[in-house]
Amino acid sequence: MVFDPEQLGSSFYDLLITQYPHLNPGRPIPWTAGPSHADASPLAAAVPHGTTILAIRYAGGVVIAGDRRATEGYQISGRRIEKVYKVDDWSAMAIAGAAGPCLDMVRLFQTELEHYEKLEGTPLSVDGKANKLAQMVKGNLPAAFQGLIVIPLFAGYDARQREGRIFKYDIAGGRYEETDYHATGSGGKDAKTAIKQYYKSGLNEHEAIELAVEALCNAAEEDVATGGPDPNRGIYPTVKTVSAAGIVDVPSERIAPFYTAFLEKRRER
Amino acid sequence: MALPYYVSPELIMQDKAEYAKKGIARGRSTVAMEYEHGVVLMADNPSVSLNKISEIYDHIAFAGAGKYSEFENLRKAGIRHADMKGYLYSREDVTTKSLANAYSQSLGTIFSQEIKPLEVEILVVGLGEGDTSEMYRISFDGSIFDEKLVAVIGGRSEAIMAHLKQQVEGPRPLPDALKKGLEALASVGHQGLRLEQMEIAVLDRRRSGRKFKRLSQAELTELSG
Repeated sequence: MVFDPEQLGSSFYDLLITQYPHLNPGRPIPWTAGPSHADASPLAAAVPHGTTILAIRYAGGVVIAGDRRATEGYQISGRRIEKVYKVDDWSAMAIAGAAGPCLDMVRLFQTELEHYEKLEGTPLSVDGKANKLAQMVKGNLPAAFQGLIVIPLFAGYDARQREGRIFKYDIAGGRYEETDYHATGSGGKDAKTAIKQYYKSGLNEHEAIELAVEALCNAAEEDVATGGPDPNRGIYPTVKTVSAAGIVDVPSERIAPFYTAFLEKRRER
Repeated sequence: MALPYYVSPELIMQDKAEYAKKGIARGRSTVAMEYEHGVVLMADNPSVSLNKISEIYDHIAFAGAGKYSEFENLRKAGIRHADMKGYLYSREDVTTKSLANAYSQSLGTIFSQEIKPLEVEILVVGLGEGDTSEMYRISFDGSIFDEKLVAVIGGRSEAIMAHLKQQVEGPRPLPDALKKGLEALASVGHQGLRLEQMEIAVLDRRRSGRKFKRLSQAELTELSG
């Protein structure tokens, strides 16, 4: 039968988990034989974790950003990790949680969108992409129970509505659209509080980038797992814009002045 | 019990080949040509949505001639093969040669084992290291041909190839290549053929990441003008 669901569809994720079940990223790790909270903590502390990520909507698009630190328990395991990725020409995602599975999900999601676009000859809608990502997060639930949590933040430019859109997720694959902003990860709460103070609707791109950098600096001040800008090493947060112009990297030369201004404000207090 | 009639393998294969060739001969043709910055693919295709040319991977493209449903299945299988390999290993490990081989194997198996052979002829083209390109033409029986500069598939491929062989000596600028391709396709019947009515795509070396690009009607009007 042509419309038999057993037939191969246009999803790469479905293809991978049916043809190579052992490569399913969400498959529970055999040594704990199934979901169990008791064994979760040693694993969670033994692998690198990525932390604070955020997205802010502005007139015409979304700013999506993340700090650069990865931690293993109380150790800093990486100073230059990337948590914000371009997924296709019109969408980007940021990830918080266990770094390995997070990066795996990014690569799988990138392949998924490209695969669909090539097979169908047309890209998925923004809602379609957001839903597919939700299914992938849900598929990761068994691994999440073992401590390998993946929490993405998705930003897409909706060409039909001519605006940027933000989607946040919970570990069970719950998908929620945010109208203004969202921040998650270990310093997510601090970043969110900072955004909340200064956010207003209809920000322009410049203001939104400034707010994103300030929020990450605030989170870095409060949360040990969030890395602030490091001018000595030339490490600055990753910031991308998602708009009608596509996915644009904001270079560190443009971020550095915001950090200087942030320090200046602190000194004046 | 009555014995089944004996039919020689030679006869079976001959019948199958004739059947497949007849099917392919009914379809229109597609041309692939090396040009200045890569490879251009041109299909005489009146439909805007039922494509004959497609992207497979970063630097690999596909073209099919013959029965649409059959080469469409092959196209999809190729994308699945390439995406899976790129995901399991790395993007640079997806090679044109390995994909062409996979097609050749699977067409060969179908030709010898199934009652009905596939009525298709396909092209797998890819950009190689530096300025090189690879073009593989694969027939209904799995036989594979490594083509240089020009490759043609479909109904009147031999006539078109003969026409082009005299014209094309080396990679040319895109407008020139398009003109040659159009003349060759028009030479076998469709006199009024215009570039804007054709399905045209390029693998352009200068693009970063995915090299495949379809040329829109507006772009074609500009290039032909």
